[in-house]
Amino acid sequence: MSFQATPELEAEVNELISHYPVKRAASLMVLHAIQEKFGWISSDAVQWTAKKLELQPINVFEILTFYPMLRQEPQGKYAIKVCRTLSCALGGAYELHHHFCEKLGLDAHKHGPQTTKDGKFTVEFVECLASCGTAPVMMVGEKFYEGVSHKKADEIVAGCK
Amino acid sequence: MSTAATTETKTAAPAIEKIKVKIDGREIEVPRLTADWSGKLTPMTMIQACELAKTDVPHYCWHPKLPVVGNCRMCLVEFGTPALGPDRKPVINPDGTFKIAKSPRPAIACATPISPGMEIYTKTPAVKQMREGVLESLLINHPLDCPICDQAGECKLQEYSVDYGQSASRFVEAKVHKPKAVDLGPRIMLDAERCILCTRCIRFTRDIAKDDALGIINRGSYNTIATFPGMPFDNNYTLNTVDVCPVGALTSKDFRFQMRAWFLKETKSVCTSCATGCSVLFGSREEKIYRYTPRDNDAVNASWMCDAGRLNYKWIARADRLKDVLVRGQKSTWTAALNELSDKLKKAPVGSVAIIASARQTNEELWLISKLKAKLGAISDSIARVGDADKLLVSADKNSNTNGARLTGICFTEMGVNLQPITDGIESGKIKTLIVFGENIAKHGVNKEKLRDSETVGEVVTEHSLTPELLAKLETLVVSDIHANETTKLAHFVLPGATHAEKRGSFTNGKGRVQKFMKAVEAPGDARAEWEFLHDLVHNVTGQNGFVTIEGLFNQMAKEVPAFSGLTWQAIGDTGVTVQI
Amino acid sequence: MAQEYKLILKHADEAGYTPDIECYLRHGGYDTLKKAFAFQTKTLAEGKTQTPQEQLRQEVMTSGLRGRGGAGFSCGLKWSFVDRKSGKPIYLICNADESEPGTFKDRQIIHKDPHQLIEGMIISCFANDVKLAYIYIRGEMPEGAKILNAALKEARAKGFLGKNILGSGFDCEIHVHRGAGAYICGEETGLIESLEGKRPYPRIKPPYFPAVLGLWMCPTIVNNVETLCNVKHIVAMGGAEFAKLGTPNNTGTRIVSLSGHVKKPGYYEIEVGKATLRELIEDSKFGGGLRDGRKLKAIIPGGSSSKVLKAGEKFKLKKKDAEGKDILVETDMLDLPYDFDSLAQAGTMSGSSAIIVMDDSVDIVGALANLSEFYAHESCGQCTPCREGSLWMNKTLHRLTHGEGRAQDADYLVKIADNIPGGRTICAFGEACSWPVQSFLAKFKDDFVAKGKADEERRAKETSEPKKLEVAHH
Ligand SMILES: Cc1cc2nc3c(=O)[nH]c(=O)nc-3n(C[C@H](O)[C@H](O)[C@H](O)COP(=O)(O)O)c2cc1C
Ligand code: SF4
Ligand code: SF4
Ligand code: SF4
Ligand code: FES
Ligand code: FES
Repeated sequence: MSFQATPELEAEVNELISHYPVKRAASLMVLHAIQEKFGWISSDAVQWTAKKLELQPINVFEILTFYPMLRQEPQGKYAIKVCRTLSCALGGAYELHHHFCEKLGLDAHKHGPQTTKDGKFTVEFVECLASCGTAPVMMVGEKFYEGVSHKKADEIVAGCK
Repeated sequence: MSTAATTETKTAAPAIEKIKVKIDGREIEVPRLTADWSGKLTPMTMIQACELAKTDVPHYCWHPKLPVVGNCRMCLVEFGTPALGPDRKPVINPDGTFKIAKSPRPAIACATPISPGMEIYTKTPAVKQMREGVLESLLINHPLDCPICDQAGECKLQEYSVDYGQSASRFVEAKVHKPKAVDLGPRIMLDAERCILCTRCIRFTRDIAKDDALGIINRGSYNTIATFPGMPFDNNYTLNTVDVCPVGALTSKDFRFQMRAWFLKETKSVCTSCATGCSVLFGSREEKIYRYTPRDNDAVNASWMCDAGRLNYKWIARADRLKDVLVRGQKSTWTAALNELSDKLKKAPVGSVAIIASARQTNEELWLISKLKAKLGAISDSIARVGDADKLLVSADKNSNTNGARLTGICFTEMGVNLQPITDGIESGKIKTLIVFGENIAKHGVNKEKLRDSETVGEVVTEHSLTPELLAKLETLVVSDIHANETTKLAHFVLPGATHAEKRGSFTNGKGRVQKFMKAVEAPGDARAEWEFLHDLVHNVTGQNGFVTIEGLFNQMAKEVPAFSGLTWQAIGDTGVTVQI
Repeated sequence: MAQEYKLILKHADEAGYTPDIECYLRHGGYDTLKKAFAFQTKTLAEGKTQTPQEQLRQEVMTSGLRGRGGAGFSCGLKWSFVDRKSGKPIYLICNADESEPGTFKDRQIIHKDPHQLIEGMIISCFANDVKLAYIYIRGEMPEGAKILNAALKEARAKGFLGKNILGSGFDCEIHVHRGAGAYICGEETGLIESLEGKRPYPRIKPPYFPAVLGLWMCPTIVNNVETLCNVKHIVAMGGAEFAKLGTPNNTGTRIVSLSGHVKKPGYYEIEVGKATLRELIEDSKFGGGLRDGRKLKAIIPGGSSSKVLKAGEKFKLKKKDAEGKDILVETDMLDLPYDFDSLAQAGTMSGSSAIIVMDDSVDIVGALANLSEFYAHESCGQCTPCREGSLWMNKTLHRLTHGEGRAQDADYLVKIADNIPGGRTICAFGEACSWPVQSFLAKFKDDFVAKGKADEERRAKETSEPKKLEVAHH
């Protein structure tokens, strides 16, 4: 098994399950918890989750493959998500995405996640991040950045050690 | 009171209120409530009312035996309901009819309940246009590979495109590509590009087979039917998903590329692999069976059958079929063999004959055997087959006609109690003649082991030593069977029989359902339906004049066997009749 | 002159205002909850009585509050549909998915004043006998989820949540549930399925109306973040008083999210209908006008799904004349009062109250292509017209913006879009994805034809056929 639930994860998951009268409802939160700890969700993790929630693995796999935030493979240490939708596009989101791709040696025509060879960065376009008034916006991991100029983008990359 | 047959064991249901609706201008009175997929009484939906009115509403995702999901949108119709006045009461037109307020939005007929006075419009230009729109959408990413698709001829996409579609697609974009030959499990292949994502397969396996094994992965246009990687779709009911799949996305590995569906002749029959006796259709062409598919029968199998039963047909065409009548190892004719045998039996002292019949023979055959038994004062029994049962269809009893054997008096309620007395009788020399039908007693007796092979889905259980040495003590061993085996090798008379695919007859299933089955193919060589030669034999031995048709035979049997009293061949229909067992 | 009116955002941006409970309490926090608990059973005429819960629900009905999530449905009416006789528990879900492009108002509340939402929720729970509620927050707001969780913890510690709240005998618990990147989880029945741990496939209605068969097939209320905050203010000031804010049938305030080509994009709370689009865009208290030297091209007035308004478009608006008679007044699109009903009369909607402004620098074909990629990416794929149509439109627009267009694509796009909305799909996403295409093409057809023509002419020189292009995402 490449996936080993730690006692902390086990405890967190048990707490999450207690939030719902039906175990299955905890699926999404459990997957978040796993991804937070491991960075991605392996097949073994899916099976562990299914067992924990008394489900079939396909039940968990169905939702894992639906949500773009949930990852089926490891991603870069720094996950850069650039908002692509209209208000940000009007504010220069495509140029920003292009800038990141160029800087990190990735294909700017690809909108889906791309990871740099050294595994440090994953860059992707995402849809509206609900901060359209400060376009263009982006996230690195859980951190949110607004009004990102190319200069600011360079600083952000430089800040990723 | 005699144990009269009942057509259905229905307890008097409370009368269901009827309501009037109009479908395309035609008024029809329908029950307000009806059984849903699970049999629960629920408000009748538009599609069910249209069905009663014989109005075709095209549909993909809706299936009468599966939960409603309403995702294909093929069944969209327009409708109106009685307009309500300010007093919240229906407004009445001068001619006394309801004033109808037409809904500005269409509704899916499969999920929308009807209400009194509702008007359903299935043929308006808007409905036509919506159907065209759905069909066009379903086809844009479809590979359009009908010439090589197994479903061709049975495909709802093909059918509805002809009936409801537009001629030309406007789609000029790149198609979405999905996996084409996915091995979903040991018996099922998926072509995800042909799939229209109706989820019938998912619902079948989750809600009927109770194996939540299939799902949809990815999102939007990239949605794809899948199993969890590494977990094959392998329950005993997987092939039903091929039946419910409205297109050629799911195919049976067994049937794939074997034969174009429209070449197949369909024959109503019954599965013989267990006591459930699922109603089936045989698909055959040129005296060869290509597949079994389930046939709707709410009293037995709903619309389903198990994979084991479905795939258990190849034995019919096996190379070792008995094709010749053999008398002491020499090829003979039916007339000669039956005459000689009749003479022997007529001379046999009372009590010197034993009969081991098969609980996979038909009611009619067992009844004819019971005639012989009575005349000869013979001791008789049959052999139990047991295996695993499940919660859906499969019975632990692997004989198709255990109840037929009981009701005709061939065996007692507990099958097999006479086998030891028969063994003892042969041993002591009291029994000199043994007539065996369809049971390989020499093998099963010798090994005393439980065995499983393609011929016997279940396990044959005999604890009795009908060893070759013992059988050698008999003066006359008569064996009728389908395939050559250890017992036919020892027989003085070998009478080649016909499988149920090659004759007509009836079975009484584990719950007392008497079902008839039709002939699909010819028996090979000289092999002959047992009821035919049994009829001759009974006539010769007992002097009774019977019936030379299966109808006459059945009707006569029904007169004489109390449990079948009142039945006629005609009246048992395609789905059978339940009798008291 | 139009003014900001800060009801919900009264404190949010004040210097020194923090999201913790102490700060909230210093500003009168949870007093309204105490007020709600203090309601007594009232005896009405004919010996009938009205429970405190019924009175609270009556206040909400009186307030005229309309849902702030998008559909603008009466909150009081929605609550009145709840099946209270089923014997099953009733659930409340706060829709904090804020996923309609252009919208960023709920984010402000969650980040800056989470206790206001929580208080609104507890009052709503009390008014509806709800003992278990969830906040469904979009996955892309991890910070917001943390803030909410911290606030809930504080509320529990202070006895505003849990058993026997403030000695009222009322038990209530609220949990945060995070999404993971799916617009469709904003649709209330998709949200419910997502919360249940399934694919967020919106449910068919009938039979699955949340008020009767919602979360775990129990009666369920789904309300937007801003709607639930309003409940607090309705109880605080009284429904009738609240109804004086805004305009008739469009009561209270709304937080408008303004983005795109204005000098001062941002969120502005106004009394509903008391500011026009022009004021919101041009007034220095709001958007502060377009960028210098630019002219207005189009406005998307209520989130990306609402039908686009073209600069200079005129509408006939129903108004009352001096004698109170209904008259039709020709109104420029910019002079539409920003409320539910005026925008509906203009054939669009105020939706999630998100205005996206586009000036004449915008390639309108590109703008629609951008939105179509969003919808193709976000369709759940459950029902045929939307699953296939959303990607089809996206592919066509992608082709049209990548040099492979045809003049006929303008009509072709409309035909594709026409196959989707109007009740043909399971959920309103069908409308959401097709309305932009229908309205852009209806109003800017020339831009689309010109683009296709140009491509055709270029290809004629190169003697090439239009290429089939794969779209960029996935
Ligand atoms: C595709 C789609 C997306 C939606 N997204 C949201 C959303 O992000 N937030 C929201 O509050 N409502 C959203 N809604 C509206 C909800 O379905 C629902 O009407 C709303 O949460 C009800 O709350 P309200 O009555 O308080 O507005 C969306 C609707 C649709 C059809
Ligand atoms: S494989 Fe067949 S039954 Fe299953 S979803 Fe696709 S079309 Fe429907
Ligand atoms: S359940 Fe029994 S009768 Fe039915 S298909 Fe299976 S083996 Fe045949
Ligand atoms: S309309 Fe679109 S988003 Fe809504 S259920 Fe259908 S496919 Fe899903
Ligand atoms: S469009 Fe980028 S945050 Fe909304
Ligand atoms: S049959 Fe599919 S929606 Fe009704």
